[in-house]
Amino acid sequence: MDEFAALIDALVYTRSRNEKLRLIAEYLRATPDPDRGWALAALADGLDFPAVKSSTIRNLLKDRVDPVLWTLSRDFVGDTAETASLLWPAPGNEPDPPGVSETVELLSALTRKSVLTGLPKLLDRLDASGRYALLKLATGGMRIGVSSRLAKTAFAQAFAVSVDQVEEYWHGLEPPYDPLFAWAAHGQAPPDIENLPTFRPFMLAHPLEDTVVDLADYAAEWKWDGIRVQLVRAGEETRVYSRSGDDISVTFPELLDVLPFPAVLDGELLVRGSTQGGEEGGAASFNALQQRLGRKTVSKKMLTEFPAFVRLYDALLIEGEDVREQPWTARRSRLEALMARLPDSHFDISSVVEARDFGHLAEIREGSREDAIEGLMLKRKDSPYIAGRRVGYWYKWKRDPLLIDCVLMYAQRGSGKRSSFFSDYTFGCWNGDPDKGADLLPVGKAYSGFTDEELKKIDRHVRQNTINRYGPVRETEKTLVFEVAFDSVHESKRHKSGLAMRFPRIHRIRWDKPAHEADRIEALRALIRD
Amino acid sequence: MAAAPFSWINPEPHGIHIAPADCWVDPSRPVDKALVTHGHADHARGGHGQTVATPETLAIMELRYATRDGATPVEYGETIRLPGGVDATYIPAGHVLGSAQILLEHAGERVIVTGDYKRRHDPTCPPFEATPCDIFITEATFGLPVFCHPPIEEEMQKLLERLAAHPDRCVLVGAYALGKAQRVIAELRRAGHTDPIYLHGAMEKMCRLYEEHGVDLGELRLVSDADKDEMRGHIVVCPPGALNDRWSRRLPDPITAMASGWMRIRQRARQRNVELPLVISDHADWGELTRTIEEVDASENWITHGREDALLRWCQLHQRRARALALVGYEDEDD
Repeated sequence: MDEFAALIDALVYTRSRNEKLRLIAEYLRATPDPDRGWALAALADGLDFPAVKSSTIRNLLKDRVDPVLWTLSRDFVGDTAETASLLWPAPGNEPDPPGVSETVELLSALTRKSVLTGLPKLLDRLDASGRYALLKLATGGMRIGVSSRLAKTAFAQAFAVSVDQVEEYWHGLEPPYDPLFAWAAHGQAPPDIENLPTFRPFMLAHPLEDTVVDLADYAAEWKWDGIRVQLVRAGEETRVYSRSGDDISVTFPELLDVLPFPAVLDGELLVRGSTQGGEEGGAASFNALQQRLGRKTVSKKMLTEFPAFVRLYDALLIEGEDVREQPWTARRSRLEALMARLPDSHFDISSVVEARDFGHLAEIREGSREDAIEGLMLKRKDSPYIAGRRVGYWYKWKRDPLLIDCVLMYAQRGSGKRSSFFSDYTFGCWNGDPDKGADLLPVGKAYSGFTDEELKKIDRHVRQNTINRYGPVRETEKTLVFEVAFDSVHESKRHKSGLAMRFPRIHRIRWDKPAHEADRIEALRALIRD
Repeated sequence: MAAAPFSWINPEPHGIHIAPADCWVDPSRPVDKALVTHGHADHARGGHGQTVATPETLAIMELRYATRDGATPVEYGETIRLPGGVDATYIPAGHVLGSAQILLEHAGERVIVTGDYKRRHDPTCPPFEATPCDIFITEATFGLPVFCHPPIEEEMQKLLERLAAHPDRCVLVGAYALGKAQRVIAELRRAGHTDPIYLHGAMEKMCRLYEEHGVDLGELRLVSDADKDEMRGHIVVCPPGALNDRWSRRLPDPITAMASGWMRIRQRARQRNVELPLVISDHADWGELTRTIEEVDASENWITHGREDALLRWCQLHQRRARALALVGYEDEDD
């Protein structure tokens, strides 16, 4: 664990991407199997130990440290694992750090009951850095500024193999990835994934921003407001993967026996309805889809009320043939030809938006607000299907966000890079005329959209204008106006205001605007398009 | 009729007021008569009619604020009589050169104002002396149990190892210009590092002042007089504010280090773009704060600037009387 802990610490303090790659690659080369496989899994995807939760750590600490002192410390440090690693009482014995594999083995064997004695025993064998690494490892996400892609790139760099190949094999393998190391580090045959329904990394788009493209080179499609999915059929099994590569097959059982041939297809998962694209388009708003997301079991009622289907964008593999190298136009024709073999009940194809020129397309996009479509996609006609986000191939051209003026009501400290700063804001709109004594009702929360300099200023505002404290939450004077940008607003029973915004973020900070001039609830309600 | 106990000493928002003498300890705005514990800007301000402090603190204040008028020096261990029958004794606080706790005695009652202090060894100033009193007014900058400063030798080792591993680069150490910088340099010398150390221009005068007061800092050179290549493989010391400033572009591929107690928290180091955090503080850590409260064993503890909540809680858990003072103007300096 010592070397792993040193790696984690070094990564925490390193900004440069190349230096991070070098550090990880060096560790992967110098560390024996299977330790390095587990470490790679922890960095790339995070490991899952169901018995160890953030609350487990909290409870263990509250048995050893005064609860008030724990809370004050946690609030200041901004990270449970780090706080715990610093507060853990120094054991009497010399450190006796376990290896990474031994640690993983011990953590996997823990149950909800044995974790209360097992985890302390492990913590007692480590120093503060080791405890931090252990707790990060045990609770999943490391959050140390290393993306899954970066870890895989470092692996590729360590053993001089192609990162695209690593991506390809990755999703067919389980930690500690023995076949991957056997191939890359020991020169053996590559892992066999042909008959496995594994995930292929998505091709992603850049925001268009100020770019203007020529429609002779680019095709336009609607950007549907559902969730991007990959449907994979191989070896008689179909799986549904989310954008991050999570297997969400159990949530959408109706899609598991409708793809009649082996293929890897890219599309938007939607629920039947009429909000998007009118009656003909046949898709409901994202709000309806949300009823289906995140469920481990799906009732019959759910299946009938919110039937899911896939609106196809692209094809990656068709009956064993890899078409990713072919240009978009060729893949599109192959996809169109496939439609006859796919049941209408669960598939349609995302139609191409015809426009005379870019200006005409811009007009069409303007009109898309009414249809609750997210905007447009622009795809270069000769683009191959490439994992990740490559400049110049695909663009997303979202419609402009909706805006509303809200008043800051509550603030909470952030975590990670923003620990100790008040960076999470709850804001509200007036429930009537503020000059006649109306109150503010919370309508949303935002954590983003401001610069570091602005964050410092808002943080100071919160500290100087606190009127109440509820644990970690500060209630502030109702004086600061935020112009909030959001994608859409929906009815919601979860909030007192009866409204929920989608993707709210701070658009501008209106230091100049008096709070009573902020918007009222009715103004926000008027923007509902469901 | 006798006055109520301790009615002669009053914590006000702008400092601690000693009523019979009409004089203030570390006031944050100009007053007629000020007792100053040490030279850091949040304790020592210019513009007072009379300033009572150790000769070293007065020298620092003169350098920083050009305040010569009304300077009244008091040596460590010396007691001066203030108007109204108040005695003030200056006792080493171990924080920076010249830093003192001030023991105030009146009508048989003893109050100590610590200013800032630490309990670790520091080659640049005499160590803190725990002194019995009735009211102990303590700082709480690092008043959370997560703060535990490691032995400084370990941090020096970390610094020297990193330097040796990158002979083509320099290590740029951000350190508070008064106290921390000189302590880091003196500790590097104690660790056997005899190479020249390069200084940001803003630190030169303070280093010279330390040397005049008998602190040996070895060979110091100014960055502004050096060429880029000569600084490869060497240590450069600058104020924390210069770490990510354009100024550092003149250095040969610097590794950014910072010497501060806050570096104990990873995200604090990340927020400052620090690659090599050095946990070195001139303030007492949690263990030192609580140990000092036990050793001094005052009947009451007043807690100022810092994380008062947690230390207050600790006092409550250990059946010690305590209250938090809301003094303004004390900041989390870059310590």
